[in-house]
Amino acid sequence: MESIGVLMACPMNPYLEQELHKRFTLHRFWKVPDKSTFLTTHCNSIRAVVGNASAGADAQLIEALPKLEIVASFSVGLDKIDLAKCKEKGIRVTNTPDVLTEDVADLAIGLMLAVLRKLCESDRYVRSGKWKKGNYMLTTKFTGKRVGIIGLGRIGMAIAKRAEAFSCPISYHSRTEKTETKYKYYPSVVELAANCDILVVACSLTEETRHIVNRKVIDALGAKGVLINIGRGPHVDEPELVSALVERRIGGAGLDVFEHEPEVPEELFGLDNVVLLPHVGSGTVETRKAMADLVLGNLEAHFLNKPLLTPVV
Amino acid sequence: MESQPPQERSEQPTKEVPHVLVMKPPPLLTLFEDKFISTKFQLLKAWESTLPLDQFLTAYAGSVRAVLCSGASPITPHIIQLLPSLQLVVTASAGTNHIDLNECRRLGIAVTNAAGVFSDDAADAAVGLLIDVLRKISAAHRFVRHRLWPATGDYPLGSKLGGKRVGIVGLGSIGSAVAKRLEAFGCTVLYNSRKPKPWAPYPFYSNVHELAVDSDALVVCCGLTAETRHMINRQVMVALGKQGIIVNVARGAIIDEKQMVECLVHGEIGGAGLDVFENEPNVPKELLELDNVVLSPHRAVFTPEGFMAACDQVVANLEAFFEHKPLLSPLIDE
Repeated sequence: MESIGVLMACPMNPYLEQELHKRFTLHRFWKVPDKSTFLTTHCNSIRAVVGNASAGADAQLIEALPKLEIVASFSVGLDKIDLAKCKEKGIRVTNTPDVLTEDVADLAIGLMLAVLRKLCESDRYVRSGKWKKGNYMLTTKFTGKRVGIIGLGRIGMAIAKRAEAFSCPISYHSRTEKTETKYKYYPSVVELAANCDILVVACSLTEETRHIVNRKVIDALGAKGVLINIGRGPHVDEPELVSALVERRIGGAGLDVFEHEPEVPEELFGLDNVVLLPHVGSGTVETRKAMADLVLGNLEAHFLNKPLLTPVV
Repeated sequence: MESQPPQERSEQPTKEVPHVLVMKPPPLLTLFEDKFISTKFQLLKAWESTLPLDQFLTAYAGSVRAVLCSGASPITPHIIQLLPSLQLVVTASAGTNHIDLNECRRLGIAVTNAAGVFSDDAADAAVGLLIDVLRKISAAHRFVRHRLWPATGDYPLGSKLGGKRVGIVGLGSIGSAVAKRLEAFGCTVLYNSRKPKPWAPYPFYSNVHELAVDSDALVVCCGLTAETRHMINRQVMVALGKQGIIVNVARGAIIDEKQMVECLVHGEIGGAGLDVFENEPNVPKELLELDNVVLSPHRAVFTPEGFMAACDQVVANLEAFFEHKPLLSPLIDE
């Protein structure tokens, strides 16, 4: 398969990069100085694109690659791929579901604990020597707090299961009610926000869910409410969130994703009720290897004319 | 020279309402004093007197039957001797290492603590610290706050919690609350305790070294006693291994801190989440430089919700005692 051209959209994983280089003719898109010339030169040899949460295959790229057969995403989210265009052109699309579910759910709970119990801030307090001068403040109890989940898919369910072990009552909003679960359903995100203490974004990013957490939702969540985002930055109206946090109209936030990564609004750096992470939801050695193997497995299956492992389109 | 106990200068003492001695105010009392108002007892506040403690006790505490204490005001044989009428020690904490339990047992003095009401908060803090160390939450938050993300790109990978073997040292009310939570993350729970717990579905290890050999992480939840002092030493930490994580929400002295610092600095264990230290509020300076360590200023149980529940329990125990009813949370010898 060495003659098959694979375009890797951005750096994402050294092991994956190495393996793609071994098995295919790998083109590292981020190293190309003149992208349009590159595409003109190589458009007939590139048959696969490997993308992730930062960069995938938009309409423009798809049009520039007439021999493109498959887009394999090193992520479960598909928001960087023009799915309609892929369907139209018969291009296969795969992602990495299930293998990262637990890590993302673990991080969501980790963020809840870090925000409510001020773990990062109290670590900072100790490191700065302030503990010698006085005790740290009381923080907020996590056990028993009401957790509201936007999107009850694999990740949402995994978050619910973990939060239940802390006796947290669970409620959710999703496109349709999941009657097989015992959790309380709210037909709107605003109602969900009004009835929970911690609101978690766990749905996929689509045109419908862009800014699903807007001013109204933030107001409903309220001055004691905490927002956790382990979905995608554009799920939240970021300027609205920032002003709500700065003006203390919302109790706190734990954010793993932002609208314009890696840029994070400066105003958030001075707040003690906010935890900011550099998009590490699936960021463990174990899970990234599993994700890489899934990408490689899907590509191999495709080029050997076998059934894809985790097809989306 | 004083003629009356301090707080009775401005009001007539109610002879019928018995006193509860408080030598130094526990944090609970300082923060929520209004919850300690009861018709069944009144507080005898030794710290408000200018008299040295021994003299104060001799002068005013001869008929005191109950004392409310905490880590700052230990109940030693010497203190007990100065309280000839003492029948009940109430501590506003989960820990009882500041109380001479043997002496209390010998003299038939009952002891109550607040372990039950603090268990959830302590367990939440323990799990929070474990996730923080494994997933580098505090370190990555620092990275973002220091504006390093745009320049540096991807943050180093952490380690998955699911599938980890977590050894709980001490399966009391806090340890079992930790176990329940960790099960939901897909961890395999193991434990060491003085004796196996018949209700526990987890594998029992009779000593902490063997537990460490089989574990990826240790979470310390036991009490500090003569037996558990420095129980977690270099040998245990080496057995835990280079990827091993230690979380301590119990007492600093259960771990040989000097040896732990060496193990961390030399990479003999993978990281630590620590809420307690041998000589608080002093923290070994080597730890302040490490990214694989998360530090917390002994706040594992410090939430308003937990404290208010603890107040209620302390008051309820005291009222039960003075009404000759059974104590709510007597310390049972496990």
